[in-house]
Amino acid sequence: MGLVAGRVLVAGEGGGPLLRLDEPISFWGGVDPVSGTIADPRHANFGTSIAGTVLAVPSAVGSSSSSAIMLELLREGTAPAAILLGHADAILSLGVIVGEELGYAGIPILEMPVGELVSFPQGVQLHVSPEGIVTQASS
Amino acid sequence: MTLELTDYERSLIGGSQGDATAMAMRILVSAAELVGAGELVEIRSAHIDGCLHHGDGGVEFAERLADGGGRVAVDTTLNVGALDLLHPDKVRAGAHKTAMARRQMDAYVRMGAEPTFTCAPYQIGHLPDVGEQVAWGESNAIAFVNSVLGARTERYGDFLDACCALTGRAPLHGLHLEENRAATVVVDASHVPSELKARDVFYPVLGTWLGLEVGRDIAAIVGLPAATTRDQLKALGAAAASTGAVALFHVVGVTPEAATLDAATHGQVPGRTVALTAEMLRGSLARLSTAGQGGRVDAVAVGSPHFSIGEFEHLVRLVSGRRLAVPFYACTARGTLLALEEQGDAEVLREAGVEIIVDTCVVVTPILPASGGVLMTNSGKFAHYGPSNTGYEVLYGSLEDCVDSAVAGRALSSPEVWAW
Repeated sequence: MGLVAGRVLVAGEGGGPLLRLDEPISFWGGVDPVSGTIADPRHANFGTSIAGTVLAVPSAVGSSSSSAIMLELLREGTAPAAILLGHADAILSLGVIVGEELGYAGIPILEMPVGELVSFPQGVQLHVSPEGIVTQASS
Repeated sequence: MTLELTDYERSLIGGSQGDATAMAMRILVSAAELVGAGELVEIRSAHIDGCLHHGDGGVEFAERLADGGGRVAVDTTLNVGALDLLHPDKVRAGAHKTAMARRQMDAYVRMGAEPTFTCAPYQIGHLPDVGEQVAWGESNAIAFVNSVLGARTERYGDFLDACCALTGRAPLHGLHLEENRAATVVVDASHVPSELKARDVFYPVLGTWLGLEVGRDIAAIVGLPAATTRDQLKALGAAAASTGAVALFHVVGVTPEAATLDAATHGQVPGRTVALTAEMLRGSLARLSTAGQGGRVDAVAVGSPHFSIGEFEHLVRLVSGRRLAVPFYACTARGTLLALEEQGDAEVLREAGVEIIVDTCVVVTPILPASGGVLMTNSGKFAHYGPSNTGYEVLYGSLEDCVDSAVAGRALSSPEVWAW
């Protein structure tokens, strides 16, 4: 199966079903920090849970408080298993770095052209390696 | 690029200034490597956006630093918290959340930051000079300090701004560097009717469009009046930073790095030019309301970013001698409230039925009546975040429309101002 490489923003390993969002997302105001569901009624994926997914988004936008939401998701255990960003974003990555400093389990964040993921169907099980390689998990 | 640290910076990691500063430096170094900075830059001030309680992780972070003896190394103001400390009964929150929110705010004050609790520190005297290196959090404050004041910050998240404040350093990258501050997109507003451009209600709509259309590119807006006010630029930037990752925009003839279009683009040919049309503005205007026109209004909220003295004086003129029929909240800094009390305006506002909220705002803290309904606002940022954060439908309008609607208890609008 396909294999794509991303630039490692936060190193780590994780896997889960692919959730590809076509619209950018602001974690603050856009994601519930406890449940991990998309909370912005104007977002096309309103109500979808990002918890445990390999979340692919074109970019993270909006408030600088998004790193705090990332930290809370890690603390609550409702964070994505990995995040693939079309544009590098220091704000989300920082939430993971701080979480690791506080002893929470971290997640990998990669920068990659998310268009390259179109070969993977929505919901397919993906695995992200510490080196930033995304592969379809063998079933 | 490899990050090079000075001997002093390396000593911080080694704990020369204590455990908290060492932790702050470790996080700062990780962040600097993440963005590919070659070195750190000394900063003159910081604005920390970490006081707002999103959950207990933020409290744990702040207390880890405060308990570790952390002290800010530069002048530092604090963003809003999740409580109105001067009027605690106005916030509906459980005992646990209230206690944790308080602990989070206290931890930053223990580290020596000023208890300003405002998202608009630039309105209470935190005014860096043009070209000054700073580290600010809070998206509207970032847009303002870069664009309107001409100081230099990147978009710092809740935690990195605190790490910068404790170490007095920031990663030297992005908008800290002169070459990255050039406009690459020209937005031509010269065809927008001047009557519309003279109105405050235009600027959040322009900002909403800018954030969606231009995003992380840097725009030079031409054709705005030389008399465009700081409050209008504040509203533009706040809306733009809500719908897009806008951290810097230039307004030719108005903002400090844009005396001319050539200055704003650093003499380079812009990548593209977009002429604003009536359709573009109508689309952004429509996006700011989720409730229908002409229906009921259950509450009004203004002051995102926090209301300035000038905006309050405008509000005083509008509400004097009138009685508001629905709850009307005006959010501001405690320092601004003090000035309002001294000049007698706070009394006039309260008599009309305006509730003045300080240290926080109604979109980040449960203050609005729990019954829900339609929230009217003149703020692009409230309109953007209101539905997801409060559960209210939102209706966007001018401050005049907000007051008229609050008096009538139903939505009144002035569509004629948008005639083009």
